[in-house]
Amino acid sequence: MRPDEISGVIKTKFPQAKEEAGTNNIIVPKESLLELAQYLKNPPLAFDNLHCITAVDRKEKMELVYILYSICERHGVTLKVYLTPEDLNVASLSALWKSANWLEREVYDLFGIIFSGHPDLRRILNPYDWKGYPLRKDYSNPELIPKPRL
Amino acid sequence: MDTTRTKDIYTEEFLINMGPQHPSTHGVLSLELKLDGEIIRECTPHIGYLHRSMEKIAENRTYTQFIPFTDRLDYVASMNNNLGYVMAVEKLLNLEVSERAKYIRVIVAELNRIASHLIAVGTFAQDLGAFATPLFYCFREREKIIDIFDRICGNRLTYNYIRIGGVQFDLPKGIDEKIKEFIKYMRPKVDDYDNLLTYNAIFLARSKNIGVLPKDLAINYSVTGPSLRASGVKWDLRKDEPYLVYNKFEFDIPIGENGDSWDRYKIRIEEIRQSLRIVEQAIDALPGGEPAVKVGRIHKPAPSEAYFRTENPRGELGFYIVSDGSMYPYRLKIRAPSFSNLAVLPELVKGVKIADIVCVLGSFDVLMGEIDR
Repeated sequence: MRPDEISGVIKTKFPQAKEEAGTNNIIVPKESLLELAQYLKNPPLAFDNLHCITAVDRKEKMELVYILYSICERHGVTLKVYLTPEDLNVASLSALWKSANWLEREVYDLFGIIFSGHPDLRRILNPYDWKGYPLRKDYSNPELIPKPRL
Repeated sequence: MDTTRTKDIYTEEFLINMGPQHPSTHGVLSLELKLDGEIIRECTPHIGYLHRSMEKIAENRTYTQFIPFTDRLDYVASMNNNLGYVMAVEKLLNLEVSERAKYIRVIVAELNRIASHLIAVGTFAQDLGAFATPLFYCFREREKIIDIFDRICGNRLTYNYIRIGGVQFDLPKGIDEKIKEFIKYMRPKVDDYDNLLTYNAIFLARSKNIGVLPKDLAINYSVTGPSLRASGVKWDLRKDEPYLVYNKFEFDIPIGENGDSWDRYKIRIEEIRQSLRIVEQAIDALPGGEPAVKVGRIHKPAPSEAYFRTENPRGELGFYIVSDGSMYPYRLKIRAPSFSNLAVLPELVKGVKIADIVCVLGSFDVLMGEIDR
């Protein structure tokens, strides 16, 4: 299916999901993420592969990005969930796709986003006793030497 | 029965740490194993020993400055990493490179794939106890590829060759003969590996039906690359989402049947053959023209984002780049194939013998440089 067809199917099924301007990315309210993910995993769209999860710290909001592909149907979609810095909680998708287990741990480790329902939410790249979330824009560490900018 | 004596004899689960310094973990990977005698009951990988915070570093480097860092992700397939990153930046910039640059990129990427698979095959054989000989053979062949890269770009391991807009230098004079010579040399060597290893009785006994990864589990864990194809999924980005000029070449996608360790090894051997075919066709069809389009060193993409994935020797390497209009990436995420491939390991080693975890891990050919980033 073409990206615009996929977003069309999603929007008719989930009117609360919006399309990001200029792209075919789907913006989902965090309350309906799990429900939408369940719908996406099963036919007709059959997204069997949760390829990548990441986050972008936009300062006023935290943007959570899910990149999904379907190997049997040969198409892909990008989902986005906006979180406010006061409430960084979102439902875990690890029950649907097992790849989410480590990918969500990584996002938790680097951004401090809590995935509720995750079976084993520990740090993964940083040491277990690390303080702070390094990929946030406001992260600071006395040992971090700023590089002179061009 | 004398109960006083049997009371002293009991069994219990036993915790053992394999790594982070262990020859068979291919880098600094620590596996916490819960053992019942010789049988593994639970395996918990601990990663992050090589974490260099590449993604944070990227936010303070210009787009061009970050290319050498990608060399250090998957350091045995640096060309493919350069390619993945540069293609993502070019997608962000909407930049089309010259036809010659595309062919050169295919040639170096496929040569590097062969070099990487040679290491995978050699170390896998070494892990299974074929001590030194196959590894030395593989390194002997790899050396020839490295010599070619040395002539092309002056580096042996970290190349920094593929640049935004094309490649750093044009191919040197006479390199096409050298590559053709290598292809002629390499073909019988792959047959040698088949004779020496692939159908060797001990090798088969050690790797057949060990660590069987079913098709649906592999997709569910987002396992990619040769490990996915060994489970019988015909999925290769070079065919299914062709980038560069891969759609112009004839090559096959080898797939496995069982998804066991032997299949994962065999796929790599077959892929060496297919890569040789691609390189041969690319060398013959190499068009003239400029190896790079002229672009400045500072790039300021419009505020947008791009995700691009390429088929690396280990799986699908993806770069997700967010630009805010400045000359530094606002956010750069590296989707490393080995990261997802390693995540499936605890599932596969439940109930296998401790000697076989080395076989299963070796067959996935994970590389800690790109897992920890």
